[in-house]
Amino acid sequence: MAAIRCTSLVKRYVDVVAVAGLDLRVEAGECFGLLGPNGAGKTTTIEILEGLTVPDAGEVAVLGMRWGGGAGDRALRERLGIQLQDTQLADKLTVEETVRLFRSFYRQSHTVDEVLGLVELGEKRTAWVGKLSGGQKQRLAVACALVSRPELLFLDEPTTGLDPQSRRQLWEVIGRFRATGGTVLLTTHYMEEAERLCDHVAIMDHGKVIALGTPRELIASLGAQHVVEFALADGVGRGPTPEELAALPGVQAVRPGADRTALTVAAVHRAVPALLGLLERRGAELSLLATHNATLEDVFVSLTGRQLRDD
Amino acid sequence: MIDHPLVQLTLARMREFYREPEAIFWVFGFPLVLAFALGIAFRNRGPGELKVGVLRAPGDSAIASALDRAPGLAAAVLDSSEARVELRTGRIALLVVPGTPLVYRYDSTRTESRLARLEADAALQRARGRADAAPVRDERITEPGARYIDFLIPGLLGMNLMGSGLWGIGFSVVQARTKKLLKRLMATPMRRGHYLLSFILSRLLFLFLEIAALVGFGWLMFGVGVRGSYVALALITVLGALSFAGLGMLVASRARTIEAVSGLMNLVMLPMWILSGTFFSYARFPDAMQPFVKALPLTALNDALRAVMIDGTGLMRLGAPLAIVAGWGAVSFVIALQIFRWR
Ligand SMILES: Nc1ncnc2c1ncn2[C@@H]1O[C@H](COP(=O)(O)OP(=O)(O)OP(=O)(O)O)[C@@H](O)[C@H]1O
Ligand SMILES: [Mg+2]
Repeated sequence: MAAIRCTSLVKRYVDVVAVAGLDLRVEAGECFGLLGPNGAGKTTTIEILEGLTVPDAGEVAVLGMRWGGGAGDRALRERLGIQLQDTQLADKLTVEETVRLFRSFYRQSHTVDEVLGLVELGEKRTAWVGKLSGGQKQRLAVACALVSRPELLFLDEPTTGLDPQSRRQLWEVIGRFRATGGTVLLTTHYMEEAERLCDHVAIMDHGKVIALGTPRELIASLGAQHVVEFALADGVGRGPTPEELAALPGVQAVRPGADRTALTVAAVHRAVPALLGLLERRGAELSLLATHNATLEDVFVSLTGRQLRDD
Repeated sequence: MIDHPLVQLTLARMREFYREPEAIFWVFGFPLVLAFALGIAFRNRGPGELKVGVLRAPGDSAIASALDRAPGLAAAVLDSSEARVELRTGRIALLVVPGTPLVYRYDSTRTESRLARLEADAALQRARGRADAAPVRDERITEPGARYIDFLIPGLLGMNLMGSGLWGIGFSVVQARTKKLLKRLMATPMRRGHYLLSFILSRLLFLFLEIAALVGFGWLMFGVGVRGSYVALALITVLGALSFAGLGMLVASRARTIEAVSGLMNLVMLPMWILSGTFFSYARFPDAMQPFVKALPLTALNDALRAVMIDGTGLMRLGAPLAIVAGWGAVSFVIALQIFRWR
């Protein structure tokens, strides 16, 4: 059975269509990632699924139930764990008091010790929430979501703004939750996070899903495994045209950019020598040359022509 | 039991309150400071001694000593230029010019001066041998509850109930809303009623400390007593606290920002600070305004509190003001529930 199913979801605000006809299916036990740039509609979508926002059109079924108000909703909420993108928990309560408060809303729940152990916040239990670091606050938010022993965990950008170490700590928390059979729906703009954590990802843009699959499938859809980026020194020789680049051996696609050009290539060892030879003939001089394995980032760029993140 | 959501929510409310030093000051400290300052500034001095001048002239010292012997008078011999200034500035209430006849020079529009004239004349006539026609005896009483501080303490109590009800609830609700904490709570199976009830419960728990602080202070510092029953006083304050909790809920029901709710709160409270007879009697406002003034919840609450504390009135005879207080609370609460923005 699918943990989440939604069809033809639409949500309009005064001046934007935040979600424009969205279909999703999340299987029980998997980790599903919603990926997309700022304003893509990720939060709107996840909050509709959480029953916090009412869609203008479309069907939603979460754990086989529908949002409809009243006691049915409360029963469904007992089974969910939710972390919202922008909640600030009360600054003047301690970590332990906060967890205890959230715990009191559920019929079955982890003990405070268990859940603080899960997110490794045991040493901070008597600290005020206002005094926690960003990563610790985020783990506390996840603790409040996990305290109900949920079957389904919603995480809206759980790692945005965190340093790499805090991010990895949260990944471990998610990993431990999944090991107990839980289902996760998370949003992120970090592609490496999605590649690392998610069984399936849906790439969203302008309220629509523009690509869906396993991270591996999506990268494979580029038709090439590697990306070569280069830039030329100013005023030396003449740069090659995109057509000339596309004709190089092993090059699948060419994306000229503002400060650099990216080539998607199947075989780096053939494409790079050919590129260097071409540049040498033109008398052009490189100011940058880099290669990396293709990522979901490249998938997004090739689908939309835009970078995923501005930063 | 301790893990009941209502208990946990109420505990959270209380912790957030007592961990905020400013809140503690405004709820507990400020009314005491106000009571102290106003109690000192407006303490009843009574008429005290009246100062009477005697113009420097033959026979002045005999007159001055006769006046000094009278209990309510203090006499001083003055030169004529001095005397003119002192009389004009009101530092002496009366100038006695020795001679035959004795001349009393004073401003007959000043109560104090007329009083001084009567007392001075009686003292001087008696000194010259006039006998009292009938024996008399003074019995002095100071009516409890007649002082300004007796009037002030119940008013401050009412004002405090209003302030902490509105600020205490309005502020935390709106803060929870702006920080998206309210939305986060809506994502749990928490019952909305529990959330609202927790505010009321924590208000009631702090209420008793508030009252004890203010009433105890009034009693210790100024000897302000409670003439009626403490039970009646407690019931009235609980009713007042509930009513203003309802009003606070209403004020906070839609506001999305602290600025918006602060503005609304001042809009609600300012008229009552001025009109509801906290610092001075609302009888001073024109008759045309009286029905409006009396319909305000703080006016009704202050009236009921004064009736119990000063006059010792029983609850049974306070139906009208208490109905007004309860009505405001009930109506606000019902509307607040209808329009409350839960996210
Ligand atoms: N309450 C609202 N009122 C009006 N417009 C809204 C509201 N909420 C979201 N929007 C708009 O809907 C669009 C989608 O917003 P949403 O928050 O779902 O994006 P997102 O993908 O979560 O972005 P981010 O990565 O920045 O969190 C945006 O254009 C946003 O401005
Ligand atoms: Mg978002």
